[in-house]
Amino acid sequence: MGSNQTAKARNLCAALGALALAGCAPAPQPVRFFAEGRPAKLSDWRVLYLEGGNLALNDGVVPYDLNTPLFSDYAHKLRTIWLPRGTSAKYSADGGFEFPVGTIITKTFYYPRPKDAARDQKAVARTYDQSADFGGDGSRERGLKLANVHLVETRILVRRAGGWEALPYVWNPAQTQAVLARTGDAKALELVSDDGSREAFTYVVPNENQCAGCHVVDLKTKQIAPIGTKARHLNRAYEYAAGSENQLAHWTRLTILTGISDLSSAPKNADGRDAAQPLDARARAYLDINCGHCHNEHGPANTAALDLTVFGAADRHLGVCKPPVAAGRGTGDHFFDIVPGKPRDSILPYRLRSNEPGVMMPEQGRSTTHREGVELIEQWISSLRGTCE
Amino acid sequence: MGKVAIAILCALAAGCGGAGAPQGLSADDQAFQQRLQEQFLDAKPGAVIEIPAGRHALDRVLTLRANGVTIRGSGSDQSILSFKNEISGPEGMLVYASDFTIEHVAIEDSKGDGLKINDGENITVRDVRVEWTGGPKTTNGAYGIYPVKSKNVLIEDSASFGASDAGIYVGQSQNVIVRRNRAEKNVAGIEIENTIGADVYENTATGNTGGILVFNMPNLAQPGQSTRVFNNKSINNNLANFAAKGGAVASVPAGSGVVVNSNPKVEIFDNEIAGNQTANLIISSYFSTNYYNTKGVDPKYDPYPRGIFVYGNRFKGGGDSPDGLELKTLKVAMFGIDGHFPDVLWDGYLDPKNLVNGLPPAAERICIRNGDAEVLNADGPNKYKNPKVDKAFFQCELPKLAAVELPHS
Repeated sequence: MGSNQTAKARNLCAALGALALAGCAPAPQPVRFFAEGRPAKLSDWRVLYLEGGNLALNDGVVPYDLNTPLFSDYAHKLRTIWLPRGTSAKYSADGGFEFPVGTIITKTFYYPRPKDAARDQKAVARTYDQSADFGGDGSRERGLKLANVHLVETRILVRRAGGWEALPYVWNPAQTQAVLARTGDAKALELVSDDGSREAFTYVVPNENQCAGCHVVDLKTKQIAPIGTKARHLNRAYEYAAGSENQLAHWTRLTILTGISDLSSAPKNADGRDAAQPLDARARAYLDINCGHCHNEHGPANTAALDLTVFGAADRHLGVCKPPVAAGRGTGDHFFDIVPGKPRDSILPYRLRSNEPGVMMPEQGRSTTHREGVELIEQWISSLRGTCE
Repeated sequence: MGKVAIAILCALAAGCGGAGAPQGLSADDQAFQQRLQEQFLDAKPGAVIEIPAGRHALDRVLTLRANGVTIRGSGSDQSILSFKNEISGPEGMLVYASDFTIEHVAIEDSKGDGLKINDGENITVRDVRVEWTGGPKTTNGAYGIYPVKSKNVLIEDSASFGASDAGIYVGQSQNVIVRRNRAEKNVAGIEIENTIGADVYENTATGNTGGILVFNMPNLAQPGQSTRVFNNKSINNNLANFAAKGGAVASVPAGSGVVVNSNPKVEIFDNEIAGNQTANLIISSYFSTNYYNTKGVDPKYDPYPRGIFVYGNRFKGGGDSPDGLELKTLKVAMFGIDGHFPDVLWDGYLDPKNLVNGLPPAAERICIRNGDAEVLNADGPNKYKNPKVDKAFFQCELPKLAAVELPHS
């Protein structure tokens, strides 16, 4: 929906609101950028707000999704970006975009409620189905339909003059507000599968310093940076209120992004879940988003000599026939990170499958095993040729 | 009491854990952890974070990102951070910072490494005990005290017990002093790996699988060199190897006093090395770890120990009950059932590319000038077919290495 139509809808709503008709709340005040400090409530930022049974997006707040997302205990994510009016980010083909001071990125972790579940604080659905997640009256980009979802946390990354800062907010059980949780949190939840089986787990909200564990991509600079907002993750269609559009094109049209010379040659990661896409591309995309922020030449795990980004050469740099460096009991008694053709002899899927601290990889960000992700990586390793002679 | 009533009470009282905080830590522990985490989050250069006496239970890693911070307890036997109930880490304490000091504190039972310092400069670890209190177990964390990719590192008067890889482990660092520490019941007591410039002295390593190790691993950006190991006690390191298989340390035979593996410029002198039942001193190449393969190892990697100088050590006992059937059989065959290996065990691999009359260049030789000490050349390149005791091959000397100087200590 273009900005003209949004404005029309808002004016109509304002008029109707004056008549106290339900479903059309007065528009919130604009998004607020805090140049410093730690606002105690998520709502202080006015990026997301509660309206008519939805977690709605404020004006100018643009939702986005990734080709292959980070696995976070099967949580669904509502990602948003907002730039101050008149500013733009600078495109980069391979790296992070250069965002202006004032950029606010949010990521709300939530779960669909299981089918037929009473409002139970613990039960969350293990599903990829997002069809019931969204709500809204069409006057703005879709938010989340509160009746159908369980909100856990919203993480904010804000670009201030001195760099990016990370602020974690945790939703209350009543789902009426999210408050700052600098030291993180832990929630006892239960993943409910379609067949009714349940897996109890502890959902861990990282603390402010743990954000750096993933978001500092260059340990020398120690600067936090967003991870998902890169061309290869964003280069895909999104269902906007006005219709489906490629995200890079949409951002360019809204002047959120400048500097793409040729969209058709922009990099594009595969969708790890799409069996129609090549297995190698899917696996590399999966490793890129789940591991590449640490396991690259400059990241916090550059002590291990692994490059699991899409740029890693498909040899010992990716772990093929590579002896482990500091895995400890993470080896699972295996000798090489990846043994071509032999996933059950390889360290990498062993660590992906584990959910024991000290063995598991990634080290943080999940408590459960991503069954489909492990399966993908094992299939991929099975397809690799050669030996570690 | 009805659910609604509880909900109301929880809304009124702070600290109700919402959807149900997981068990493990008491409310007091949670409160202590939260306050401590906040201190770590808010620390500015110059801050001193005090750890009070007592055993404090924590369930997630303490992460520090600010430079210039000191963490200070009242003694490594008194101020104890216990990670027995750890749910998120995996380290006990993880430091991405410089100008960092930690002293008089203990870290117990972390699921992963105890204290990890990544990419820091000017690091002091003093009177810090890292311990897995259940004794040696494969399920213990890998490293106790673990500076990695760091510069100007001092570890002194500290101790590590029960690490399933190395108790005190310095990786990929530069300019390091490890002194007056105790390492016991680890697989490797003290290990220097891929580090440039390390002085390891006046430490006691006893009851480990291997006492003191100096290794170079392949594929890492920085090959190590120049380590001095002197005035240490490496005694009775005969603990069965409890490392998970696959890591290089799993290849260390129990009963190894000091092991040099593929690391150049190592000077081992004036140590007391005794009672290590495989050999008091092992000098080997990466080929002996069984992990060498052309695909997975950077072709630029140097697998040979070059320029190793051994002198003035007090060797005693040891070599009488080597680890593993192969070495046991070899010992009996060569030295009899009551005999013992010589003090030094060498795997026999030499870089064929630069031998002159069968000898490495002068600067790359292995020189053993240690009284009666003899060397067993295990004849590795020939599949151990013709091992032999030798002394002559090692009669040489090397220039002494410079002492490490730390600007900040």
